[in-house]
Amino acid sequence: MNSANGARRVTSTVADPRFQARLRRRYASERRFQWIGRIALALGGAFLALILGTIVANGYTAWQQTFIALEIHFDPERLDPEGNGSEDALLAGDYGGLVKAALRKAFPEVRKRRERRKLQALVSPGASFYLRDMVLEDPSLVGETRTVWLPADDDVDMLFKGHIDRSAPEGSRRLSDRQLGIVDALAARGAVEKRFNRAFFLAGDSREPEISGIRGALVGSALTLLVTLLLSFPVGVGAALYLEEFAPRNRWTDLIEVNINNLAAVPSIVFGLLGLAVFLNFFGLPRSVPMVGGMVLALMTLPTIIIAGRAALASVPPSIREAALGVGASRMQTVTHHVLPLAMPGILTGTIIGMARALGETAPLLMIGMVAFIVDIPHTPFDPATVLPVQIFLWVDSPERAFVERTSAAIIVLLGFLIAMNGLAVVLRRRFERRW
Amino acid sequence: MSAPALTFVILAIAALGWQIGRRRALTVAGGPANAHSLHSRPVYFGALTALWCAIPALLLLGLWVLFRGSVVTALVVADLPPELRDLPENQLALVVNDIRNQVAGNFVRDDASPVIVGAAERYRYFDGLGRLVSTVIAPLVALLGLALVWRRIAPRVRARNHVEGAILVFIVASSTVAILTTAGIVLSVLFEAFRFFRSVPLFDFLLGIEWSPQTAIRADQVGASGAFGMIPLFTGTLLISAVAMLVAVPVGLMSAIYLAEYASRRLRSIAKPLLEILAGIPTVVYGFFAALAVAPAIRDAGGALGLEVASQSALAAGLVMGVMIIPFVSSLSDDVINAVPQALREGSLGLGATKSETIRQVVLPAALPGIVGSILLAVSRAIGETMIVVMAAGLAANLTANPLEAVTTVTAQIVTLLVGDQEFDSPKTLAAFALGLVLFLVTLALNVIALHVVRRYREQYE
Repeated sequence: MNSANGARRVTSTVADPRFQARLRRRYASERRFQWIGRIALALGGAFLALILGTIVANGYTAWQQTFIALEIHFDPERLDPEGNGSEDALLAGDYGGLVKAALRKAFPEVRKRRERRKLQALVSPGASFYLRDMVLEDPSLVGETRTVWLPADDDVDMLFKGHIDRSAPEGSRRLSDRQLGIVDALAARGAVEKRFNRAFFLAGDSREPEISGIRGALVGSALTLLVTLLLSFPVGVGAALYLEEFAPRNRWTDLIEVNINNLAAVPSIVFGLLGLAVFLNFFGLPRSVPMVGGMVLALMTLPTIIIAGRAALASVPPSIREAALGVGASRMQTVTHHVLPLAMPGILTGTIIGMARALGETAPLLMIGMVAFIVDIPHTPFDPATVLPVQIFLWVDSPERAFVERTSAAIIVLLGFLIAMNGLAVVLRRRFERRW
Repeated sequence: MSAPALTFVILAIAALGWQIGRRRALTVAGGPANAHSLHSRPVYFGALTALWCAIPALLLLGLWVLFRGSVVTALVVADLPPELRDLPENQLALVVNDIRNQVAGNFVRDDASPVIVGAAERYRYFDGLGRLVSTVIAPLVALLGLALVWRRIAPRVRARNHVEGAILVFIVASSTVAILTTAGIVLSVLFEAFRFFRSVPLFDFLLGIEWSPQTAIRADQVGASGAFGMIPLFTGTLLISAVAMLVAVPVGLMSAIYLAEYASRRLRSIAKPLLEILAGIPTVVYGFFAALAVAPAIRDAGGALGLEVASQSALAAGLVMGVMIIPFVSSLSDDVINAVPQALREGSLGLGATKSETIRQVVLPAALPGIVGSILLAVSRAIGETMIVVMAAGLAANLTANPLEAVTTVTAQIVTLLVGDQEFDSPKTLAAFALGLVLFLVTLALNVIALHVVRRYREQYE
């Protein structure tokens, strides 16, 4: 009786048009909600694609650089007026003069002083270093005439990469009509070519985009990371070992734990202030050196390593410890012979992720002066140096259009390293992860 | 020898010590066959010897490296003629700088005074002497340690306990590094900030609405006093962070909900790492992206709509920062949503609620404390973010709530005040530390609250 009543009520409710309308509304709202979720997710993906796309689109052209072929006569008069052939004499030679002479010979019709200067501006001011290095490598070149491919000025490079609008009025263009004519004439002779941009990987920083490179910054980053790793890995593993395996649970260890969690969330620039006040001003360590940069970044990555290390140690089952203790190992032997090796993949994964973050870090390094314009490539952690992210930051500030391309290319290199490191971490985790 | 070379030498001696100690232990035991008569395994005797070689020598070397500069400078300054030596501190620093330049051979002036040249000579002498002494002493200390242990190795020596004790000391010391770092941050920032508050009153700093940190060359210059009110910087920071949160919270939260509740396993395994990439991109790259692409696009869009948009608008910096923060919000909320017990969902679904109704009316309220915590963490991240605002936000300290105008932030000002060579006692440089103190305290408070909220919430369901 009761149930029959209930059944009738149900059918009548379902048949009720108001119920049907409400149900439709509820289902519509359900679909809307799902779509909002999909859109949010798609937005995240779109942002990622947009950022990476912008950078790749701006940066891929930097792998190539425009070169101009010139008949260079290695004039002994200019290079080695005393004719002694010594390295010092060759170092002091007038290589810029060779380029000028070659340009004059190629374009005898350019006479006026101002126009000649514009003609010379088509070849990079760094071309003389190329010639010098050629001669120093092979002194028998002196007196010879060779066709040499020299880097073109960044404006010419930009022209051939399509970043200079030929139809713009002459006044608002980086190259004059006359220069365009000369460049076109060179191109018609087959004397302009885009080649692989070796300088970008082999040179240090420069004010001239066409001869600037990231090698100095790469070496600086490597030295800084080395210092960071050597300092933060042992200390981080030690701290994780103590806190997880030995520490009694009391106020002091609670304080340490809270501290580590908070340090992980302190803005990185505050670590820079610490480095400036303590390492530079108090201890008087030199500015701009990878040693100090590495110390600051080590303090910054420590919490990451400690937290990852503790998680890895905690995942080693207690039975391992009990077995080792049972056969007479000391607590330290238990930990160093059994627990630590088993936790090592996890610790290494955390360390690599911490290192990747340190590699991309900029702000604290600005504080300790690693933001200087440094041409020389550093060799030890005590040489002034800059790092890749700071190099990017410096290039962003440069007005030349050609630096946009180089900045993007440097970012591609940086992202390449980061992806490789994170990939390594993932592989390590997959390969050695153990379920107990 | 240089410090790295000396370190290498000391480590080489320690490695040698390891071998020697091990052999010695076997010898005193009467050969490998009798190794069981030793208290510890021979390797521990080796380790003990190596530790005694390396630790004292490396400590000595470390002290030398840290204090070499100041000791040599003090010696040289003590030898300067009295009229130079008694100069006020900052002028003396200039003289010392001259001497150092002379030593390094940078910017050598032909007209350098004989006093400076003489002092440079002495600097070189003391530096060389110190180098020589350290080159001799450090390896000597290492060898001394070796000899000491070698003589005392005997079967009853508890080598393992000693070595384990040393390891324990090391790991205890390691665990205090975190405390020392915090103390170092607090003390260094506080100390410099106090020096700042000696010249600028605390309340002028906290409540002032004008920020123009000038260093006056003449006392009667316009703006010679400088204005150090942090209100415009802080509102700027909050404005940009607010824009960032307006982007990050809806997108991050909704993607987290979708991934946790709707997405198939496959979509999850692809989308989660992709979102995490956003967190892995260095901030300098975001800054470049904001300055190169976003800021001009917003300016042009604003121009097309007839709005006046500053070329370094708060909107551009905030938008990009928001994108950076999406993964923080989404991965933290994802954890939180997954921690809501399944029974709650099943109860709601069993009553006939649709999935979205369950999420909105059951899961989200249950997860709310955790979500709030994760948003607070994200806010603290936004406030402390530096490179994006340095590169994409302006330097003009405008007190405005209009995101289309240029504003500046606490972190951007710290960077501008401290990058480049600065004299270290002007209020201008010290102001950066006062700002750093505020930044540290604000982010610390946010983190402590957030961690507390998250922890309380976790306990609720465990």
